[in-house]
Amino acid sequence: MKLDPRVPAGPLAEKWDRCKMEMKLVNPANKRKYHVIVVGTGLAGGACAASLAELGYQVSTFCYQDSPRRAHSIAAQGGINAAKNYRNDGDSVERLFLDTIKGGDYRARESNVYRLAQNSVNIIDQCVAQGVPFAREYGGQLDNRSFGGAQVSRTFYCRGQTGQQLLLGAYSSLNRQIEQGNVKSHPRHEMMDLVVVDGKAKGIIVRDSVTGQIERHSADAVVLASGGYGTVYFLSTNAMGCNVSATFRAYKRGALFANPCYTQIHPTCIPVNGDYQSKLTLMSESLRNDGRIWVPQKPGDNRPPASIPESERDYYLERKYPSYGNLAPRDISSRAAKEACDQGKGVGQTGRGVYLDFADAIGRLGQKTIAERYGNLFDMYAHITGENPYQSPMRIYPAVHYVMGGLWVDYRLMSNIPGLFVLGEANFSDHGANRLGASALMQGLADGYFTAPYTITDYLAGVKPGSSDVKATEFAQAESDVSQRLKKLQDVKGKHSSQAFHRELGKLVWEYCGMARTKEGLTKALGLIPELRERFWKEVSVPGSGAGMNQGLENAARVADFLEFAEVMCTDAITREESCGAHFREEYQTEEGEAQRNDAEYSFVSAWEYAGEGKAPIWNKEPLNPEFVKPSVRSYK
Amino acid sequence: MKLHLKIWRQKGPTDQGQFENHTIDGIIPDMSFLEMMDVLNVKLASEGKQTIAFDHDCREGICGSCSMMINGRAHGPTRGTTCQTYMRNFRDGQTIVIEPWRAMAFPVMCDLVVDRSSFDRIQQAGGYVSVNVGGAPDGNSVPVSKVNADLAMDAAQCIGCGACVAACKNASAMLFVAAKVGHLGLLPQGEAEARDRVKKMVSRMDAEGFGNCTNHYECEAVCPKEISADFISKMNRDYLGATVFPKPM
Ligand SMILES: Cc1cc2nc3c(=O)[nH]c(=O)nc-3n(C[C@H](O)[C@H](O)[C@H](O)COP(=O)(O)OP(=O)(O)OC[C@H]3O[C@@H](n4cnc5c(N)ncnc54)[C@H](O)[C@@H]3O)c2cc1C
Ligand code: FES
Repeated sequence: MKLDPRVPAGPLAEKWDRCKMEMKLVNPANKRKYHVIVVGTGLAGGACAASLAELGYQVSTFCYQDSPRRAHSIAAQGGINAAKNYRNDGDSVERLFLDTIKGGDYRARESNVYRLAQNSVNIIDQCVAQGVPFAREYGGQLDNRSFGGAQVSRTFYCRGQTGQQLLLGAYSSLNRQIEQGNVKSHPRHEMMDLVVVDGKAKGIIVRDSVTGQIERHSADAVVLASGGYGTVYFLSTNAMGCNVSATFRAYKRGALFANPCYTQIHPTCIPVNGDYQSKLTLMSESLRNDGRIWVPQKPGDNRPPASIPESERDYYLERKYPSYGNLAPRDISSRAAKEACDQGKGVGQTGRGVYLDFADAIGRLGQKTIAERYGNLFDMYAHITGENPYQSPMRIYPAVHYVMGGLWVDYRLMSNIPGLFVLGEANFSDHGANRLGASALMQGLADGYFTAPYTITDYLAGVKPGSSDVKATEFAQAESDVSQRLKKLQDVKGKHSSQAFHRELGKLVWEYCGMARTKEGLTKALGLIPELRERFWKEVSVPGSGAGMNQGLENAARVADFLEFAEVMCTDAITREESCGAHFREEYQTEEGEAQRNDAEYSFVSAWEYAGEGKAPIWNKEPLNPEFVKPSVRSYK
Repeated sequence: MKLHLKIWRQKGPTDQGQFENHTIDGIIPDMSFLEMMDVLNVKLASEGKQTIAFDHDCREGICGSCSMMINGRAHGPTRGTTCQTYMRNFRDGQTIVIEPWRAMAFPVMCDLVVDRSSFDRIQQAGGYVSVNVGGAPDGNSVPVSKVNADLAMDAAQCIGCGACVAACKNASAMLFVAAKVGHLGLLPQGEAEARDRVKKMVSRMDAEGFGNCTNHYECEAVCPKEISADFISKMNRDYLGATVFPKPM
């Protein structure tokens, strides 16, 4: 398939303005005639739905939680980047662009990233106007903190609950539109399929999780802002309900899945400590502003941290990456932690952990200041582990956190299926092979408030409003596919819960498609996944009926999709024969153990196309052709 | 640990519902309360029995989904959400009674799941600043005193879980509403609509069937985000100001 990213011509700084001038508009009086479906009410979906409704379109939103306010954006802790340069420390749109491109290990599309940096500035203004209670300095001005992969302080925050406050901002705008009758909200509705009519996205099939009813919804355009699929690994910092189903169903209807193997493993999470565990908890990267990471120098040293003298500690990030130190980017910090533990220096019962120590910062700034900055994170840590991090260092270990991969979109955030727009973590667009901290919130809001409202308008201008009809055969077909799939799950009547299979799949992909990958391991995984899938379809138990609430059925349907998707993910990983960003192939590393890119052969986006049941997906490539930044060895030393 | 669970089961909104007894073994003190529930559900599924429905998502105390009445206390024995409650706070052999939130404005939908959409509708009545995307001035153009920004943040932390309502003998939503009114009212951006906002939100709250506040402050005691009941007093003042003096003086 020929992929056209529709990047506007001209200098980088002028592309978006040009694009806005080239795009068509819809007359204000006609806007009401158009209906847009938005799946997802996180930062991306919530912002987009509210903005479209403000413009005058009719919007329907869908989310699986009981309220739009509970989308997983709510859990983001640390902050949101913006090139405001309020600190006068040398920040600019160009610098944010460059940091993001470099952070992504030169595997992102330059034009998109530049627009992101441009729009970042407006996001903060919009959120302040909505009443987002950002942290302030004594003079009443907005405060900033630093995040990994940057040498400027450009991160805006609301204590340790930035995502919550930004989401509540978007949710409040959405509420205003609901009250005005421009948005119809459908909580507790799960998207089960995409409906494509004459090659265009025209609606979705959903399951009402209260009544169990399968419903058809038609629209002039469909927006997917369904978040990330990190839960394919079972254990992750994502919410339990995060899923790949919305995007994977679109994939099965013809949308391309881009770079599915780029998974971000976050360096600072509370370590796994038992087989029963259901999720991993992030300790925000912002902690690395004041916390120092170390392990004992001697392997197997199991003295309590306080009895290990300074001279016998290895502050390995400060040692290896002196200019970024504890604020080295996530992929690099995670691998460094793994390396230390592989050498036997890991701490805690399992030996898979490193210390994040605040003793210096508490000594320098006092416990009160530290509590003001990170109080809720310290409390959370104490709650979960039963240990007091003010007294002894936290123990942390990398965990799956974010996916850079997602549905392929062009510059206008439209997938290869006309009328299907994909925003936020669900798309692949801005972070290349590794995302910098505090940039996902920025991307979600940039997509939702400032990009999609323009580009969707341009698309709608070429569509006759109200032409989509739920009586079309495509809707009937999709609905019956969904019903049959659900019935098939219930008919298995095996002995094991879907969670058991999910756990097993998670272990498998973590082992072979996690922090370090090899051709051998991935080959093995590609053999094991179909076996596991087969067992699932023979042995899964989904009790209860399809009518009414049935959380077991919801989960089984998601796990079924993960079991198929995992294969696409591993296929992507095995075919990318280089290391870049979060994708670390052991075969491709420098002598010092750093990722070794292969720009000559792999400077492209892999976009996978569904080829039919039981067939290998088709490999499409979008060449990246970096025009403005010359890729170089990514050094944080 | 071995535990005896007495769990509310209810097939649907119109079903009567009743308690069901389960005994489970092999619970580890470091498990979260919901992980303990997972163990039970995995067991039920393997026996071909319908699993117990409960709301949960983030499992880190921020989304506000989880909502269980544990031994008569909203979210259980420790301060924090149900998902952040750990089994180390229970005794081996203990009997634990698990119920959904009980309030007229939160009808039970299935087992431990309740309908909290009344909270959304209160927010829709006026829990926002009326600003469209596009016209916002520079973020630093209006300074906000750190004291007010911090106070606003104290209120804005509300996760909308509904524990305050569940704990209140009148099933009042005052703390929830006061948190939103307080958050926006403390910021210059929210001031212009403050009088209207408090009136609209309070009247929607009443219309949804929440009870009156009689100052017992059970809400404050169970709030996982420790939101202060002082916000209720502040809202009462704002409300009085807005209704007794319809025009600003
Ligand atoms: C613990 C944690 C901390 C983080 N901290 C930061 C940070 O400090 N800074 C930063 O920039 N980023 C951070 N991130 C990343 C960032 O929060 C997310 O990438 C971002 O919020 C995703 O937003 P979204 O709108 O794309 O998706 P989400 O907020 O995940 O929303 C997805 C929406 O889609 C809906 N949905 C999903 N599937 C379906 C379906 N099948 N049917 C119907 N609806 C569906 C959901 O109901 C939800 O409404 C963090 C992430 C985590 C997990
Ligand atoms: S599950 Fe999110 S707060 Fe408990």
